Amino acid sequence: METIYLAIVLAPLLGAIVAGLFRNQIGRAGAHWAAILGVAASCLLSLYVLKLFIYDGQQAFNGSVYTWMVSDGIRFEIGFLIDKLTVMMMSVVTFVSLMVHIYTIGYMAHEEGYQRFFSYIALFTFSMLMLVMSNNFLQLFFGWEAVGLVSYLLIGFYFKKESAIFANMKAFLVNRVGDFGFILGIAAIAMYFNSLDYAEVFGRAPQLKDATIQIWGGTAWSLMTVVCILLFVGAMGKSAQVPLHVWLPDSMEGPTPISALIHAATMVTAGIFMVARMSPLYELSETALSFVLIIGATTAFFTGLIGIVQNDIKRVVAYSTLSQLGYMIAALGVSAYAAGLFHLMTHAFFKALLFLAAGSVIMGMHHDQDIRNMGGVRKYMPITWITALLGSLALIGFPGFSGFFSKDAIIGAIHHSQLFGAGYASVLVTAGVFVTALYSFRMFFLVFHGEGPRHFESHHDAHDEHGGAEAQEHHDVKDEPTPHESPWVVTLPLILLAIPSVVIGWMTIQPMLFGDWFAGVLTVLPEHDALGEVGKRYHGQIGFIQHGMLELPFWLAMGGLFVAWFIYMKKPALALEIRTRFDWLYHALDMKYWFDEVYQFVFAKGSRALGGMLSEAGDRFLIDGLIVNGSAKVVDTFAHRVRRLQTGYLYHYAIAMILGLLLLLSIFVIA
Amino acid sequence: MSADWPILSLTIWLPIIGGMLVLAGGDKAPNITRWLAVIVSVATFLVSLPLWSGFDPATAQMQFVERAPWIATFHIEYHLGVDGISMPLILLTTFISILVIIAGWEVITYKPSQYMAAFLVMEGVMVGVFSALDAMLFYVFWEAMLIPMFLIIGVWGGPNRVYATIKFFLYTFLGSVFMLVALIYMYFKSGNMEILGFHGLKLDLTEQILIFIAFLLAFAVKVPMWPVHTWLPDAHVEAPTGGSVILAAIMLKIGGYGFLRFSLPITPDASNELDWLIIAMSLIAVVYIGFVALVQQDMKKLIAYSSIAHMGFVTLGFFIVFIIFARTDVTGGAVLGIEGGMVQMISHGFISAAMFLCVGVLYDRMHSRMIKDYGGVVNSMPWFAAFMVFFAMSNAGLPGTSGFVGEFMVILASFRADFWFAFLAATTLIVGAAYTLWMVKRVVFGEVANHHVAELEDINKREALVLGSLAIAVLVLGLWPAPLVEVMDVTVRNLLAHVAVSKL
Amino acid sequence: MIALSDYLIVGAILFSLSVAGIFLNRKNLLILLMCVELMLLAVNMNFIAFSHFRGDLAGQIFVFFILTVAAAEAAIGLAILVVLFRNRRTIDVEELDTLKG
Repeated sequence: METIYLAIVLAPLLGAIVAGLFRNQIGRAGAHWAAILGVAASCLLSLYVLKLFIYDGQQAFNGSVYTWMVSDGIRFEIGFLIDKLTVMMMSVVTFVSLMVHIYTIGYMAHEEGYQRFFSYIALFTFSMLMLVMSNNFLQLFFGWEAVGLVSYLLIGFYFKKESAIFANMKAFLVNRVGDFGFILGIAAIAMYFNSLDYAEVFGRAPQLKDATIQIWGGTAWSLMTVVCILLFVGAMGKSAQVPLHVWLPDSMEGPTPISALIHAATMVTAGIFMVARMSPLYELSETALSFVLIIGATTAFFTGLIGIVQNDIKRVVAYSTLSQLGYMIAALGVSAYAAGLFHLMTHAFFKALLFLAAGSVIMGMHHDQDIRNMGGVRKYMPITWITALLGSLALIGFPGFSGFFSKDAIIGAIHHSQLFGAGYASVLVTAGVFVTALYSFRMFFLVFHGEGPRHFESHHDAHDEHGGAEAQEHHDVKDEPTPHESPWVVTLPLILLAIPSVVIGWMTIQPMLFGDWFAGVLTVLPEHDALGEVGKRYHGQIGFIQHGMLELPFWLAMGGLFVAWFIYMKKPALALEIRTRFDWLYHALDMKYWFDEVYQFVFAKGSRALGGMLSEAGDRFLIDGLIVNGSAKVVDTFAHRVRRLQTGYLYHYAIAMILGLLLLLSIFVIA
Repeated sequence: MSADWPILSLTIWLPIIGGMLVLAGGDKAPNITRWLAVIVSVATFLVSLPLWSGFDPATAQMQFVERAPWIATFHIEYHLGVDGISMPLILLTTFISILVIIAGWEVITYKPSQYMAAFLVMEGVMVGVFSALDAMLFYVFWEAMLIPMFLIIGVWGGPNRVYATIKFFLYTFLGSVFMLVALIYMYFKSGNMEILGFHGLKLDLTEQILIFIAFLLAFAVKVPMWPVHTWLPDAHVEAPTGGSVILAAIMLKIGGYGFLRFSLPITPDASNELDWLIIAMSLIAVVYIGFVALVQQDMKKLIAYSSIAHMGFVTLGFFIVFIIFARTDVTGGAVLGIEGGMVQMISHGFISAAMFLCVGVLYDRMHSRMIKDYGGVVNSMPWFAAFMVFFAMSNAGLPGTSGFVGEFMVILASFRADFWFAFLAATTLIVGAAYTLWMVKRVVFGEVANHHVAELEDINKREALVLGSLAIAVLVLGLWPAPLVEVMDVTVRNLLAHVAVSKL
Repeated sequence: MIALSDYLIVGAILFSLSVAGIFLNRKNLLILLMCVELMLLAVNMNFIAFSHFRGDLAGQIFVFFILTVAAAEAAIGLAILVVLFRNRRTIDVEELDTLKG
């Protein structure tokens, strides 16, 4: 079995190396074949392993591949832990990745750096697999940073574009703020558990339940709370939770396929995966869980609101992603790890679908991303339209669609939780449903329905930012004034993703949420088991749907859908009126609550000012000026004084000698 | 273990004699000079390889020992030997020296024979510093090291080279005379110049503190630690690429090595008393220097400051051991700290060398080190950009590259000493990434800034060879540091066992 | 009988004369050179006086050495003087201040 696991990991890496290093030798087709074959092999093997786990009762595997280092009695290993959680993640990651690979052939067809792109996304698949398959914290951190690196490279894929290279640096640095907490968390674990191996750490965790750690003066903090919150800071960075969420919207500067793969389906969910994996630790600290819950719920609601006022099609989906990540995190906060992971899976499918559909529309609109310019695209791009509709329905949680099951489970679990902050979270996530429906269908109606493209000709402006390759394409299609459906390499992944977006919830809710799929993987203490409360009322999918349709979230979703339809289809003038009336709110949302401005001012400008001050006042003035060159100056001044004695006249020296001699003699005689 | 033939002596004298030959060859046939220099450096590297393969990692004893009377009257001996601490550093020296010689291939047109000779002599002398077991021999090599470096910066340096060389020389010299005093004092106490003998020398606390401070002055300048670091940015900026590489990759390590070979074992109680001072200086180096690096306009200066910040990790790792010893609720961690510092030294040797070589590649083409003169280099030099981004990432401590290993170990260890040490040290994750990536953004990415950048040619095979071999070294060490940690493990444990026992 | 102290007094007078000559003379370098020679003679005087009164010939042998050296010194000094004059067109002590710091 170990060989298969190794092959799953190494196949994409091999593809990445071939596509990247031999890009000139193998050409464009060679690169995409190399990458796709690697990822396809990985995907098929993952599905095979999944099958073994589902039907053949395959046992979890926990083994080391090689020893990275042994120091001070701590073994740092590179190894795999393959259990049902890992298998689920592996299947989702490789499947979505494969879809994105295929899609890329069409999307990037006319771009420079085609091979580079394939190399990066295959490398990403490798890194993400390393992350989820890890059996220890070290390798987790490896994967964690490696996906960050690839994300950095891909956001800055259009490296000529100032906004893109700003966004990738911002993404990396904000992620590093998270990693800062993460590595301290790992250090704490290494200190108190003397091991970085999951199994050992989790095994010893209950003994350290009441351990304390002194951080500031004499106050003792619960060790588990400190560890969990530190680790969660890492998750906040990677999974873009308030206040470290600012990088994700900007990451949309990257090409659309990677927005789908990295910034929606897989990498950003690493934080959720990590917290779920650490459930044996998180269960021991209610403070940390409350922290997680509040952060998650806050993100879920407030970033969703921003999505309503965005006009860039990708940014709407990006804010939607932020909001959905908030839901997952909130689920983790109430110990409904299974629900969080379940939503992670369904979200991976439908959000990847929505992003790819958005990319398809962008292609159809010749790289215009402004939804105000779109409209009526439905008649030109029927496949994109229907798949986007399915994705949107899944996103808002329309009964029967995958998102319905996962979101209802989360809201139910939060509702039943007794944790501090659960009331606050409950209100926010419930209200969030309305917001989700509103922004999803606002976008959907504005893009696909209504009068035909409103400003199809105006894409010239948006175009010029993109650089040479697209400009070339633009010339090719100049005589074709309408949007067009995308080629099959683009629509095929849309269809293949639409299927699980619709059915995966129905199929897997039973084992994942209320069955024993995660038995032995996730730890939930009985007193935290909010999901169990939801499960008590679960009697099959139909019953769940019937029950859900009587609950508030369903009606809120319908209400959001209706409001979107009413404002943007029925009475378009209303939108403007609402905006003018609630100008302050619109402004706050449009400025994204001024996070970027504050960060830019405080951290970017502040640290540069601090650096400048230290450099000038500290290094140049104090150390170099005062001490180093200062001492040189003292010597210099002294020497200048002393040199006056050196007249150059022999008779002065002679008299000095004589006088000195006399002085010495007299001392000798007298003493 | 004794060798059949004197490997250490060969590693020291082969490059020195080779350097003399190169010098004697003169500049009439520069290509022959260059080839001769490369052959000598490669031969030296090959000669030094048995140090690794023949090394017995199971003992903390000195290996490959060579001993001969030198100045018999004063009981001064020619005494060489390596243990797990010095052996990796010697290999680093011989490895980097080859790259430096190759990197200066056609770039140096002014007196190439003297240039190559200076580096070869430098190589031998540096190996001598790492392998000397007699304090007098150590001191001679230590000071001899200044001469070639002084010449390299002074002759082949930039416009402000005289200021930089004098500053470099005086700074280093100021520190080392105090060390000489300490060595002579111990010579009078023990009657010989055996470094290992000094380890067991009984000293009371006052003596120890004075000796410790004398050593501190010498080593802190070399490392360099805040606040005696200001010679480094100036020296780097003015030095030719090869000089910067040797300076950053190896000479700084001699300071760190000195702490392990002298300060800790000779004056354990003083180290224990004054560890707060070193830790404070290290943390200031990490945080303060990080911010200073952020605002540098000159690429070499930026990398120089980043070197200081990274070396802060080395000294931090070495001196948290006493706090860890003092804590009763912690098991282990001290070994991790020292080994982390050692790994950081080796890794920084590769990464800083690579970063300076990258700047050198650009400087050779544009004759500017200022960040603002660049922009969009990736458009004309894609392969170079790939290397530059890779090394920048390893400089920022990306896991999978060697830059991560040492920092990770030291952060893990310092957490055991005090949460806030780890907290401050870990800020490098953010600040280090910020200054490195910001530089990369301004230099490598973006639209082509001007026609000079547009006309740049990508790296040639020679440069690709140099950067490629460093990239491999960085990757191997990052993905599999086990062998390196293994060879030093017993030595470090032995050192700690020695340090833990008070001399009072 | 002339006492030892008389010889020493003569020596001292000669020595003082020459010292005074060195730092009072501000005109001619040649005089300076002669004063140096005179100083050596004063020393020689002492040597001979002591040698005679203590019956130790070593002192007189020493004088021969000093005379030889003084001769050589005078020759070199004069040679330098000539070169100096050629270069600077003067041997005025007031103007020879190249050693000035």
